[in-house]
Amino acid sequence: MNEESLLALQDVSYSYDGENGSHVLVLKDVDLTIQKGSFVSVLGHNGSGKSTMAKLMNALLLPEGGRVLVAGMDTAKGEMVWEIRRHVGMVFQNPDNQIVGATVEDDVAFGLENMGVDPEQMRQRIDEALASVGMEAYLLAQPHRLSGGQKQRVAIAGIMAMRPSVIILDEATAMLDPQGRQEVLQLVKTLNRDEGITIINITHFPDEAIYSDRVVVMNAGEVLMEGTPEEVFNQVERLKKVGLDVPFAVRIRHVLASKGIDLPFVLHQEELVEHVCRLLLTR
Amino acid sequence: MLQNIAIGQYVPGHSFLHRADPRSKLLFIILFATLVFLANNALTYAVLIAFTLYAGLLSRLSLGYILKSLKPVWILIVFTIVLHIFMTKGGTVYFQWGWFTVEERGVQQAIFISFRLGLLVIISSLLTLTTSPIDLTEGLERLLGPFARIGVPVHDIALMMSIAIRFIPTLMEETDKIIKAQTARGANFTSGSLIKRAQNLIPIAIPLFVSAFRRAEDLALAMEARGYRGGVGRTRLHKLAFSWRDAGMAVAGVLLAITIGWWRA
Ligand SMILES: Nc1ncnc2c1ncn2[C@@H]1O[C@H](COP(=O)(O)OP(=O)(O)OP(=O)(O)O)[C@@H](O)[C@H]1O
Ligand SMILES: [Mg+2]
Repeated sequence: MNEESLLALQDVSYSYDGENGSHVLVLKDVDLTIQKGSFVSVLGHNGSGKSTMAKLMNALLLPEGGRVLVAGMDTAKGEMVWEIRRHVGMVFQNPDNQIVGATVEDDVAFGLENMGVDPEQMRQRIDEALASVGMEAYLLAQPHRLSGGQKQRVAIAGIMAMRPSVIILDEATAMLDPQGRQEVLQLVKTLNRDEGITIINITHFPDEAIYSDRVVVMNAGEVLMEGTPEEVFNQVERLKKVGLDVPFAVRIRHVLASKGIDLPFVLHQEELVEHVCRLLLTR
Repeated sequence: MLQNIAIGQYVPGHSFLHRADPRSKLLFIILFATLVFLANNALTYAVLIAFTLYAGLLSRLSLGYILKSLKPVWILIVFTIVLHIFMTKGGTVYFQWGWFTVEERGVQQAIFISFRLGLLVIISSLLTLTTSPIDLTEGLERLLGPFARIGVPVHDIALMMSIAIRFIPTLMEETDKIIKAQTARGANFTSGSLIKRAQNLIPIAIPLFVSAFRRAEDLALAMEARGYRGGVGRTRLHKLAFSWRDAGMAVAGVLLAITIGWWRA
């Protein structure tokens, strides 16, 4: 394991107990390294093991085979579990079901209270964390009065207050409207760029993945592909075979290619528009 | 339909009562309730009423608003008055009609007991009106703290209460949604016999329970992910601290107790 890798799964396998005492293997020998400061997107079908992998990364689950290392700490060694959970924050899908506090400040304080931070310092860290997600005006607001996007930002503030190195978003945008989704994505991009927080974004939307440094594709408990967005999304057919969609621009290019119109590979819609326009002009 | 329900009755503010420590307020109420039960003549009741009015002023809430808290119990108060006027006998007979009489003791008891109820309700609403549910739970947790040593899960109870407070509005919204969804499917919650209406609640209750359990599971996971490990070693954001206000309340409590003890019959 080199110095820059923050999170490493080494030959990790995991199974749940099925209904009739059977073991259902949901992760099979997963090998994955997450570099410090990177933005990683994880794509995969329902039930491909994404959430299970996320839970293994902060010791909510322990691997059956292999090892999970967080900043060099083995999650299976019990004594480091609190430090590991401080390092690796998790944002879940349902914004309502992860807010513990009756007010925004109480919720952001929750993790700090668990860590035993003293109250004076807590105030300061809450203010900083809320400022970092742009929610400082809502310190005393009641969570149920916030929009979905705002609730997720509060959840992120609760993690930021704990000074994490990684934030895992497990389909954190799935229940949001397009604006809320944009809000949350913009925020994690900023945290990644400005604060150096490593982001792991588990998502069903391939378009969310185009901004990331790495894309991991899960299928049936295995890492099917891993690489830069260009490398992964270039393999449209392979992705289609496992029932996964590609970003809009890639899909359109693919359709055009099948009609004999060749365009250079692009991920972003704007670039595609540009190429199409240029093509029309030069024809 | 349901979204306008506030959590508790808390009205934010900065009055003396708002700022006093929830622990002193809770202790004071216990003392006050005892004194209300000790009062037994016009003079002691007058003292308690005057004191309650003063406490009302200290809350800086309008008197009308405070008196509104009597609304849910007025039937009880009227019932008590009627019962005492007609059933308690003794002293001068004010009114007679066949076997039916209204007598001095009855009227007196009716007045005393209704004031007793009224005072208890008003003073405890002053607590809930000026203390946020969070502070209240926090105060309870600290007051009951010593019982943790004999195995009472004080921290867990307090956490449960604060989570309940947090989820009341969420579940209200959900109930609202379910009612609308079931109404759209033809359910009728507003007419029919009482039994029929009670039966109609089942299609609301079941989805609500199912979702509450799912939420509880999600929340437990989220709490664990944020490093929750029980009450041991945990610090709190809100520090409760006694101030001169609490000293003032203690003095007021002692004076009130002496006065009532002295003047009661
Ligand atoms: N607590 C559990 N008990 C038993 N089986 C489970 C449990 N949690 C998940 N599974 C099973 O494990 C498999 C992987 O689940 P996981 O939640 O990791 O998938 P996922 O990729 O996150 O899916 P989704 O996109 O639906 O969130 C699924 O087949 C699921 O049914
Ligand atoms: Mg999942």
